Amino acid sequence: MSKLRVVHYINNFFAGIGGEEKADIAPEVRDGVVGPGLALNNAFGEEAEVVATVICGDSYFGENTDSAKAEMLEMIKKYSPDIFVAGPAFNAGRYGFACGEMAKYVEKELSIPVVSAMYKENPGVDMFKKDIHIIETELSAADMRNAIPKMTSLVLKLAKGEEVGSPAEEGYHIRGIRVNYFHERRGSERGVDLLVKKMKGELCETEYPMPVFDRVDPNPAIKDMSKVKVAIVTSGGIVPQGNPDRIESSSATKYGIYEIGGMESLSADDFMTIHGGYDRAFVTENPNLVVPLDVMREMEKEGVIGELANYFVTTTGTGTSVGNAKGFGEAFSKKLVEDGVGAVILTST
Amino acid sequence: MLLELGKIKITDVQPGDATKVENGTLYVNTEELINLALEDDRIKSVKIEFARPGESVRIAPVKDVIEPRVKVSGSGAMFPGMINKVKTVGSGRTHALVGANVITCGKIVGFQEGIIDMSGPTAKYTPFSETYNVCVVIEPAEGLETHDYEQAARLAGLKIGAKVGEAGKEVEPDEVVVYETKPIAEQTAQYPDLPKVGYIHMLQSQGLLHDTFYYGVDAKQMVPTFMYPTEIMDGAITSGNCVAPCDKVTTFHHLNNPVIEDLYKRHGKDLNFIGVILTNENVFLADKERSSDMVGKFVEFLGLDGVIITEEGYGNPDTDLMMNCKKSTDAGAKVVLITDEFPGRDGKSQSLADAVKEADTLVSCGNGNVIVEFPPMDKIIGTLDYVETMIGGYEGSLRPDGSIEAEIQIIIASTIANGYNTLSARMY
Repeated sequence: MSKLRVVHYINNFFAGIGGEEKADIAPEVRDGVVGPGLALNNAFGEEAEVVATVICGDSYFGENTDSAKAEMLEMIKKYSPDIFVAGPAFNAGRYGFACGEMAKYVEKELSIPVVSAMYKENPGVDMFKKDIHIIETELSAADMRNAIPKMTSLVLKLAKGEEVGSPAEEGYHIRGIRVNYFHERRGSERGVDLLVKKMKGELCETEYPMPVFDRVDPNPAIKDMSKVKVAIVTSGGIVPQGNPDRIESSSATKYGIYEIGGMESLSADDFMTIHGGYDRAFVTENPNLVVPLDVMREMEKEGVIGELANYFVTTTGTGTSVGNAKGFGEAFSKKLVEDGVGAVILTST
Repeated sequence: MLLELGKIKITDVQPGDATKVENGTLYVNTEELINLALEDDRIKSVKIEFARPGESVRIAPVKDVIEPRVKVSGSGAMFPGMINKVKTVGSGRTHALVGANVITCGKIVGFQEGIIDMSGPTAKYTPFSETYNVCVVIEPAEGLETHDYEQAARLAGLKIGAKVGEAGKEVEPDEVVVYETKPIAEQTAQYPDLPKVGYIHMLQSQGLLHDTFYYGVDAKQMVPTFMYPTEIMDGAITSGNCVAPCDKVTTFHHLNNPVIEDLYKRHGKDLNFIGVILTNENVFLADKERSSDMVGKFVEFLGLDGVIITEEGYGNPDTDLMMNCKKSTDAGAKVVLITDEFPGRDGKSQSLADAVKEADTLVSCGNGNVIVEFPPMDKIIGTLDYVETMIGGYEGSLRPDGSIEAEIQIIIASTIANGYNTLSARMY
């Protein structure tokens, strides 16, 4: 079997071009290994080969992030790599940022496995640990020989589709990703055990530390609704019959925006619910129970509200991750604002 | 209250002329069971099929799972208030056919029934791949309203479960386990040096096909109450809900509540198990406040040093879980929560919908959003028609060859939030 093709990313310093005075160099690419690439290539052995090295100055990358990324992606593509390695960056903050940005970008654009390595206090760790695997290193390049074999071992597993072990087993920074496994004892037994320890005042470690939510403060109250354009947004899964955008019944990955201009109420002939988290019987008969178009039209006529937006925004709430929900909100809020919507009625189920 | 539970181990199930147990084999007179179900004219037809561990069988959509049990002595009969008269149960002697189950399935009731695979890579996620199952495939009468159908299917399952259980009445059990909890003054005096522990059991009661029954009372219409732990073993609590399949606390799981079982194991050794506080998970905030206030009041009144809290379902009930945690802590108890996680398919989002700082000791029953592959099976008991609209399924989940790609929350009781399974999640 031919060796997997690797492209390696390093900065001005590790390329031997120069220190701070050379941190402004623009991206360049060289065939084969440069600097720490030699050790990387040795660690890959028969399995993979570093075919090219891309180099960029840390200051240049920081000041021209988007264009530098795009430029280097073109350089990298030409080598048709199977693997992308960035760093190690150790405790160099700007280099850590560049490694994280490049690795995340290459993984997204080329869909190939990536890895980097950094010291725990490198700001790049917190910025990118959820996106990519980052091997934990000591402060300085003296730790290179420990870091390199961990990087190659992990990225080869990713490339071959093998199961990646825990952070402790593989040596990467905890990413904040919840992964299933079978414990040797059932949950209730562990629960009783934890309770006995807790009552004795002994150390009892939780299996899931409480999450932090970014609570949003409500906007100030609207004094005069009669001048305001209102939109309906729902997590109740109301969609046109046939579910044209194939929004999921649970764990939604998308939302839909549907026209209601000229309609006096939502007809059960035209709309349905695909939500998997509640009893659909009543809403199937009358979709206005979740998207209250009938009542909103009355309020529009009575002048209680200025006008109703001629569409509603919808998704399924049940099982939908906070990450996805946040993404939806950020995306459709822009449209609402652009369309002059001044208030939103959120209906849940 | 003292209950002797006689466990009769079942190692096979076969059709027979009479419903009986011989040498560990459960023989079932299928006609007798069909006729029992057809007593309810809301049910048009019934088929009985068997599913054994290791067989290439997929059961879907599953409504409830009932372990066959029978009262041998002591007051009351199985499932009081549902299929028998209301009478306090939980004392005397009960026999259970351990390793056998009655499974109600067939045309979907609501939308949240799930899948049981008897073999293959997904069998390990559900306890019912390891039991000998009598599957009751139900076809409702034409035009039957959903909520009536749910009730008809629920009662059919309980009646058949109790009927099959009668086969164990005269059989000598392989093992007899004795459970006892005394009235509070005596129980406290029995182990005065051990910490007093309670179990706060949150019953699914969001309504509209999310219902649980205690002696026949719909849990959303009750206020929190006290229960001797052995009452649950005689069917004082029955499932009537269609929550996400992974979270479904089936009637089997009520009969075999793992927290009660494991608290009894350390009763008199490391703790003094005082009893169960039953509460609900209603959707209105006023109900949540009232119920969690009363839970806190019970914890204080019983003088509990520690409690374990479990929930059924996810999302909305996470709020009840957190309110109960906070108020129990405020009432002076150390608290451990058991629940499951929904951090998204990538595992990167928050696992719960609500959090309080008091919830510092939690047991995880796994991430329900993980996507798995279900290979095709030789035989389907029920139908795969609804796979793509079940929780955990999506358009494209079901392929023409009968294989499925879906989140593990489509599997019955895969991440059940009472700690029955060994599945857990950790931080990578």
